[in-house]
Amino acid sequence: MVTVKDLAKMEDLLLKGNAACAGCPIGVALRTTLKALGRKTIMFVPACCTSVVQGIGPGAAISVPLFNTAFETAASVASGAAAAAEILGKDVTILAWAGDGGTYDIGLQAISGAAERGDNVLYICYNNQMYSNTGIQRSGATPLGAWTTTTWTGKTEHMKDMGMILIAHRVPYVAATSVGYPDDIYEKVKKAKEKKGFRYIDILAPCPPGWRFPSDMTIRLGRLAIETGFWLLYEYEDGELRFNGYTKLVAEGKREFKPVEEFLRLQDRFRHLFEPKRRDDILEEIQRWIKERFEWYLSLAKI
Amino acid sequence: MPEDVNKYLPLSKPKIGISGKTGSWRIFAPEINYEKCVKCHICVVVCPEASILLEDDRPKIDYDYCKGCGVCARECPVGAITMRRER
Repeated sequence: MVTVKDLAKMEDLLLKGNAACAGCPIGVALRTTLKALGRKTIMFVPACCTSVVQGIGPGAAISVPLFNTAFETAASVASGAAAAAEILGKDVTILAWAGDGGTYDIGLQAISGAAERGDNVLYICYNNQMYSNTGIQRSGATPLGAWTTTTWTGKTEHMKDMGMILIAHRVPYVAATSVGYPDDIYEKVKKAKEKKGFRYIDILAPCPPGWRFPSDMTIRLGRLAIETGFWLLYEYEDGELRFNGYTKLVAEGKREFKPVEEFLRLQDRFRHLFEPKRRDDILEEIQRWIKERFEWYLSLAKI
Repeated sequence: MPEDVNKYLPLSKPKIGISGKTGSWRIFAPEINYEKCVKCHICVVVCPEASILLEDDRPKIDYDYCKGCGVCARECPVGAITMRRER
């Protein structure tokens, strides 16, 4: 197990003075990921916030080789690079780093193809549940009831379960984690690095301008999402689904999920559920969905 | 790789401060009270900007690049970091 003190001493490959917003979760997610992967990494980044964070040429805020691809092609370009690395006999990690728009919606066919072929790619989605870079539009990962600029009265559908789609592909490694737990991100990326084949990690990333909360709450909300069961910490490895961290404690019956209201109340994208009129029907539906989803995962998991 | 590769290819090189001195974005500045600090290094890990450095096992804030988001003050378990209004 990695400790916070170990993480603090490692070299940072995301440089300070980048173009991210204050309190941006990419900072925490990408720093920790690159600490786990080291310098022998090639990144493939489609259109997403990271292509802004890295800055404009001739400089770059990320100190590993990076290639900017078209929106739908992160997984397919990475597949080509993985094949080239194999032919040249290079020992590098091919990392496709995309947002949830480029993963859940636009890049889905490329990911499905790469997963089916079993290409040697580590695909990480930092999931802020909306198209933040283009101005907060609805995506397949947006949860029920959330405000975006294209769902003014709240989204009417539940979010897509990308982890389960990848598990159905029977890839070697699928994991979900949250920005609230940098040590968990490190452990999962490290484990994925050692494996061969297509690997997928989904990092929940609370976005201050998109979710409408003060910039100092990024980490706190990443943790609350786990503690309320809104997001689950799990990993699928060698055909077995296992829980980690707080989600594991709940699965073992040692803790209970907090009411989801604690998580929703802190974000203004859910404010219309509380004022001017409290929308109990939507709140109860979110709570029911959390319970149902957790029971579904529990029925598949080995504890 | 040939040395004059930059003449023919539009390659970017890693650089600290690609968006300038981002410290100028700041409205609230974090301050560390070293008497309260227990050296847990949580602030170093959760800083989204990588602008809290370690110096002799103690966290030190790089005010040139700190954007003042306040994550460190929120996450400090002993409340050793406070946010002070700068402008």
